[in-house]
Amino acid sequence: MKDFSRFTISEVTKRFGERTALAGLSLELRRGEFVTFLGPSGCGKSTALGCIAGLVPITSGKISIDDECIDDGRTKVPPERREFGMVFQNYALFPHLSVANNVAFGLKLRKLAKEAVAQRVDAALKLVHLDGYADKFPAQMSGGEQQRVAIARCIVLEPRLLMLDEPLSNLDAKLRIEMRYELKALHERLHVTTIYVTHDQQEALALSDRIVVMQTGRVQQIGTPEEVYASPANLFVADFMGFKNIWTGRVESARESGDGIEYSVALDGFTLKVRGAYREGDRRRAAIMRRLNDRREVWTAIRPEDVQLGGQGDNVVRAKVVQVEYQGQVSQVTAVAGRDTRIDLRPSAPVASGGTIEVRIPPEKVLVFADGEAG
Amino acid sequence: MSLGRRGGLVALLAPAVVFIVFLFIYPFLYGLVLSFSDPSGSFTLANYERFFGDWWERRTIWVTLWISLPVTVASVALAVPFAYYMRRGIRGEKVITFFLIVPITLGTVLVSEGMLTYMGPTGWLNQLLMAIGVVAKPVRFTHNYWGVAISLLIQGFPFSFLMLLGYISGISPDLERASQMLGASRIQTFLRVTFPLMVPGIAISFCLSFVAAFSVFPSAVLLGEPSGPTRVISISAYHWAFEEFNFNVASAISIVMAAIELLVISGVLVWRNRMYRGASIVGKG
Repeated sequence: MKDFSRFTISEVTKRFGERTALAGLSLELRRGEFVTFLGPSGCGKSTALGCIAGLVPITSGKISIDDECIDDGRTKVPPERREFGMVFQNYALFPHLSVANNVAFGLKLRKLAKEAVAQRVDAALKLVHLDGYADKFPAQMSGGEQQRVAIARCIVLEPRLLMLDEPLSNLDAKLRIEMRYELKALHERLHVTTIYVTHDQQEALALSDRIVVMQTGRVQQIGTPEEVYASPANLFVADFMGFKNIWTGRVESARESGDGIEYSVALDGFTLKVRGAYREGDRRRAAIMRRLNDRREVWTAIRPEDVQLGGQGDNVVRAKVVQVEYQGQVSQVTAVAGRDTRIDLRPSAPVASGGTIEVRIPPEKVLVFADGEAG
Repeated sequence: MSLGRRGGLVALLAPAVVFIVFLFIYPFLYGLVLSFSDPSGSFTLANYERFFGDWWERRTIWVTLWISLPVTVASVALAVPFAYYMRRGIRGEKVITFFLIVPITLGTVLVSEGMLTYMGPTGWLNQLLMAIGVVAKPVRFTHNYWGVAISLLIQGFPFSFLMLLGYISGISPDLERASQMLGASRIQTFLRVTFPLMVPGIAISFCLSFVAAFSVFPSAVLLGEPSGPTRVISISAYHWAFEEFNFNVASAISIVMAAIELLVISGVLVWRNRMYRGASIVGKG
């Protein structure tokens, strides 16, 4: 595998006429890292991938590997000489070539000896568990098998960077989880630097070393799966990471306590106590207090999984159950509290639709956002 | 399956079957029988002997192939780069397509009439060529081999182009991108991916263009020398049917035409299978 020590993407921007598809993407890739671009469709993650691959000309910014300038909008290394591998969403296997010839495609272009090509094709097919499929044609294979061929076709060339564009989205649910596992195993074995594009937060959390959350062409947050999951940078990231209960409210009081801030937020019909854990000296703590002084309207967010059924203490609310969706281990319950505050929760105990329940919203699990920013 | 449902299916099939039987199978078999009969209706090979025994008739095969094969090759060869260039759509595509379709819609006779004037000895083309000094004397573009060939190309090219364009724009652009990402230059991508994937389309467009060119009649009469150099096989068939009133020989000639077309098409399909062994599905797996 080709080595590099610094892979730098700085301020890469792509505009299509008036529309900015990608606004100032900056990212430093570490060697062997698995980075995921995560976001809903149209967020710019595929454009970002195209820009890095060289398939989409960038408007401004710079991509460089060590001292080699790959692309700065004026001069660019063409995609065929970047030595990056790309796995396409629809696999893009050559339908007129056998599996072996698909995998050998890049090797033959590099004018390798016949024996060397055959040897490396064999090894690559073994790596993706497709030994014995060499003479088949893509149309004779299932989606999952085609996917493996597409991966083998890339890694056989030992690319400097491997890019995967929503590779699992065309597979059925069961196969998706299997392939996810295999992708992880493959990455752990080869340590090839990887950029993975997906709209599925589960995939991103399961696979990545770092996640880049994007929306409308802008990076919303870059962090480890734990960071992005537990402390989303803003309301959008929170929403995307499964904080389904998002309520607006007015801060009635806020005070700093030993290891955090305690607020009480007036929601539509009830008051929510919130305890944010920020140690003394945490810069965010000061920022939040400052912001709360001039802006009292905030957003609160909590995951359905963190809402408890019954219990004592703060934030116990009576709510009317409007919908119950049985999902096996847990149920997906939607209830309404106060005048019109929708609460989603996932209790494991059975709940009757139409009944009244008591739910507890643990103060330490609630995130508060002012102006869409983290707080 | 119940009997009633099967009956329903048969009823649904009936119009298509009737159509094919009456408009294709019956006339074809009728012609085949005619070609092996003498005027009294008994079996004979004389009709074929008459055609193959006379060098003047026999040579119409070569005359026709000599016009139709180069024209077909040229129109398909011209259509490939055009279709490739326009595969993702270009600006002004509608205008270009419009001008390409015009010759097809005008019909052979009108195009031939236009060519007679425009490309004739005193036509604009020759006046222009002489004015800029390319030639000293008018070049003969009409009433010879070239007249027929040019007119067939004018009508055949748009046809091959439109067919190929439809085919090539169905090839997923991701395949070219994938090839590029694997290290192939533009030319390598064309030679190793795009062209092989175009082969089935090229084969089909070649076959259809060839059949149209091989049965050339109006332009061979209007723009060629139907009494000699461009006496194509359809003129020969016409001659026997409507000047000699011998439908038996005329039928024999038609069967010979069909056999030659079948032979060329088989050749093209063998080439196609040799070039392209993958599935006919292109793009999404």
